Amino acid sequence: MSEHDHDHTPIANRDEPAAALRARALEELLVQKGVLRPQEIRAGIDWLVSRTPADGARLVARAWVEPEFKRRLLADARSAALELGLDPGPSPVVVALENTETVHHMIVCTLCSCYPRALLGPPPAWYKSLPYRSRAVSDARGVLAEFGLRIGDDVEVRVVDSTADIRYLVIPRRPRGTDDLSEVQLAALVTRDSMIGVAQPAAPALA
Amino acid sequence: MTYRVGEPVAVAGRAHSGHHRTPSYIKGKTGRIERVHALFRNPETRAYGDDGLPEVPLYLVSFARSELWPDARDVAEHRVFVDVFEHWLEDAK
Repeated sequence: MSEHDHDHTPIANRDEPAAALRARALEELLVQKGVLRPQEIRAGIDWLVSRTPADGARLVARAWVEPEFKRRLLADARSAALELGLDPGPSPVVVALENTETVHHMIVCTLCSCYPRALLGPPPAWYKSLPYRSRAVSDARGVLAEFGLRIGDDVEVRVVDSTADIRYLVIPRRPRGTDDLSEVQLAALVTRDSMIGVAQPAAPALA
Repeated sequence: MTYRVGEPVAVAGRAHSGHHRTPSYIKGKTGRIERVHALFRNPETRAYGDDGLPEVPLYLVSFARSELWPDARDVAEHRVFVDVFEHWLEDAK
């Protein structure tokens, strides 16, 4: 039973998880206090769910076929995204990190769930889970092996914890046997997980 | 920008009761500057309605896994890269 006296429909819904209830309470407060308007919240959610990893994949595929573009992507990923007509999102700085024969990057946010949402869409549930967030930094190779990715001892594994204003995107290595593929075909191989650094890109279909 | 790429740095070991973006697993640990990012507003004051000014330099600092978790001897080696604001960094001893 509600004890307060202003009128709104009851918030209680026994099937609703506590976090969803808290989010709705916050949303109501922000609107009541005039910090945000309901239309702005809706527009924000619409933008978030409209983003997909296809945008990030376009950046990677272009970098694979055009070394000069890769150089610009590594120097300033935000400008490189704008160059392809992509929306790099509100983060002031996006940094692309290149996987090579000797270095493998993987991304985590140990403090919350920072993620390059503009270029990859909403993060997968496991990315936000406590086990991934804690173990990625303490046992990176073990976590990668659980994703089915074994990284050789001669490769340095770099786990990047996005704790502040920078959003990180991994440029995975171009798979072998893809010399004849078009940029569009290459982009189809670039999976979300390969841009987080927990998987290699998909293998090309056999001709 | 006090520190340069390649320089060894230590992360302050102090506690901080409010919102901050320095994860506890790097506090008191020694690492190396990998990138000097730029100046950003301070999240520690911004979190409470302040404008977060003056802006603070942000660095990408790397740590050896064995520095962060010296007791876990069976775990394979890797490096952890963390974005750290300058007021959490000290000269390495």
